[in-house]
Amino acid sequence: MHVRTVGRRGGSAPGNLSAVAVRVGVVTFPGSLDDRDALRAIRLAGAEPVPLWHGEKWLSDVRAVILPGGFSYGDYLRCGAIARFSPAMESIIDGARHGMPVLGICNGFQVLCEAHLLPGALIRNRSQKFVCRDQELRIENAETAWTSEYQAGQRVVIPVKNAEGGYVADQRTLDELEAEGRVVARYVGGNPNGSLRDIAGICNVAGNVVGLMPHPEHATDPLTGPGTDGLAFFASMLNSLVSAA
Amino acid sequence: MARVVVDVVMKPEILDPQGQAILNALGRLGVEGVQSVRQGKHFELEVDDDIDDAELTRIADTLLANPVIEDFTIHR
Repeated sequence: MHVRTVGRRGGSAPGNLSAVAVRVGVVTFPGSLDDRDALRAIRLAGAEPVPLWHGEKWLSDVRAVILPGGFSYGDYLRCGAIARFSPAMESIIDGARHGMPVLGICNGFQVLCEAHLLPGALIRNRSQKFVCRDQELRIENAETAWTSEYQAGQRVVIPVKNAEGGYVADQRTLDELEAEGRVVARYVGGNPNGSLRDIAGICNVAGNVVGLMPHPEHATDPLTGPGTDGLAFFASMLNSLVSAA
Repeated sequence: MARVVVDVVMKPEILDPQGQAILNALGRLGVEGVQSVRQGKHFELEVDDDIDDAELTRIADTLLANPVIEDFTIHR
């Protein structure tokens, strides 16, 4: 895997003259569920969505990757534990360490934790129930590759739907995340899953890798979601790539 | 060939909602005297004789258990 600064390749997206067909991949694992919605969100943000297959090590020249929600490998062993060892993940782990923006949503967040790209782990909801609802969040860090189009402190509504969404880490890790501003989003108005310190999303030290339990790809079109609050995650990534050129 | 058993259980400080649900069900069953339940995983591996303890530890530590939230014990 290699990460390039944004190349000036042909084929600008219609209606977006500044963005030059930035290719963004979404990995489909056996059991992925939200890969189509993630591809659609990428398109709505003005980038070129590229489907990636978990068994392929070659990432088709994409500049950023989304690990979608779902039940990779049937959630066997632990959520995300087997997906972590897929050929695509080898390249993604390498790319992430070299600055490639990577967003893990729900099951993708679990994969990122299992791959040790993010600290901590996600465990069974405290309620023992699958929770599916429109959830209010507060964006805590608006400086990551995936949140720069938000304002710090901004409230957004993004659906959550998980059974294993309880974020846990030891006290020292939690304190480090807080001190370094690496809590990206927090649940407000009720914690849906028992996440410690109401954590809904975190990032790595560099801010290019973000894990998020809620689903911004389900909040990109008023027809199919609670609104369009999620779109800025994808626009942020696109802008971070274009402005890095 | 040897049989190796690996038991994996959540670390004591990590909340185990499934164990909690089992404990509550025991109460409904009329069982008294059970103070806590921790649910874990039990793996039985048939391994070649040349698989040493270090390799078994690597297997448990990298795949069978997530050391961030789980402890494991290897019985060979």
